[in-house]
Amino acid sequence: MTELFRDKVDVSMTVNGEPVEARVPAGQHMIDFLRLELGLTGAHASCEHGVCGACTIRVDGDAVRGCLMLAAQADGAKVWTVEGLTDTSAISDLQDAFVERNALQCGFCTPGMLVAADELLSRGGVPSRAEIREHLSGNYCRCTGYEAIIDAVESVAKGRAVKGTT
Amino acid sequence: MKASAGGYARAESVGHAVQLLAASDGQGRVLAGGQSLIAAMNMRLSVGDLLVDISKISDLSGVAVEGETLRIGALTRHAQIGSDPLVKTHAPLLTDAVSHIAHAAIRNRGTIGGALAHADPAAEFPACALALGATMHVEGPDGPRAIAAEDFFEEVFTTALSEGEILTAITVPFAVADEEQILEEVARRSGDYALVGLCLVKRSAGHRIALFSVGPKPILATGAMAALDAGDLDAAVGALSAEIDPPSDTQASAAYRRHLAGVLLRRAVARLKGDVA
Repeated sequence: MTELFRDKVDVSMTVNGEPVEARVPAGQHMIDFLRLELGLTGAHASCEHGVCGACTIRVDGDAVRGCLMLAAQADGAKVWTVEGLTDTSAISDLQDAFVERNALQCGFCTPGMLVAADELLSRGGVPSRAEIREHLSGNYCRCTGYEAIIDAVESVAKGRAVKGTT
Repeated sequence: MKASAGGYARAESVGHAVQLLAASDGQGRVLAGGQSLIAAMNMRLSVGDLLVDISKISDLSGVAVEGETLRIGALTRHAQIGSDPLVKTHAPLLTDAVSHIAHAAIRNRGTIGGALAHADPAAEFPACALALGATMHVEGPDGPRAIAAEDFFEEVFTTALSEGEILTAITVPFAVADEEQILEEVARRSGDYALVGLCLVKRSAGHRIALFSVGPKPILATGAMAALDAGDLDAAVGALSAEIDPPSDTQASAAYRRHLAGVLLRRAVARLKGDVA
């Protein structure tokens, strides 16, 4: 290997609003970095090839697969995980709706599901059930059969729409 | 599993990226959105690459009008293409394609240049480029060059890019007045790779039909195009069936794929406005 290519890469980013500086292995993906280095175990490492959505996190405003982004690529990024979104109460209505509607059983998919659903809700308006289903089609849940999840997201969209008009 | 990278370098410019590739002794691998490459690395299908990360080169991203063509930077993300008004006006086939590509979170990271250079035969964008008669713009140690889409895709995951070259942009001719662009595909679930996909472009100059997921690379169905130009849909379906040689795999048999190709052509033609071919 030439010295132009590094096996450890220096990165500087914010995670859940706090500055983070680290030296990461070249091949380490964001989820391992968040879980193993920062102890943020909310987002889950599962299929590790972009299929299941359990690792979904927010990077620079977009929901992305944490397993399909290298930590080295997060230099300068603003990263949010379910922990940060919980602490700021940004998604508390969504979390409450998941509990109320029994939209989780084992809970493994829930952190990714919340981040993905929050991206859809942040666009405003009340998406149709088909739109919700399509938006969450990249997030697998093996317990609920999805209906309760769609119910929860739909009820939050309606709730926020009412709030926005009063 | 966990990825194994040989090393990582962040390119500051296209020139820098070309230098890095030249210095990689054949081990260099361009990293853009990473939605295919990092998956392959995690599965250890790709091991020990020296990654040249071009994702921070901001002038490779964005959509602009250039004469009578649309220039789309290689790093323009799928989600950007899906919502871009210029794309919607001048190359609506690409707008439609985005809704078929994987899932929202992947569309937020994946790039059009990455999809074209990766050349997955089941992917939408390579077939769209072929159907639209797009041009690929690449940069390498010997300077820039342009490659027609018809000469770009060579084999499974193989393009006319030579070692050391980087795809920087794609230009697409403007859709002319009354031009229609239609994409049809069949996938088992939303976001899955298509079992078969078909792009139909109807221009005053004639029809163009490109298929994906029917062979080792996207193909132009020239026989079917000629039959549609002559106004004979049944002959076009027959020609299409004869000119593709789709694979059988765990997803679908060759016979089913061949059948679907004809179904998709009929569906696409049925969506054309005005006089049906």
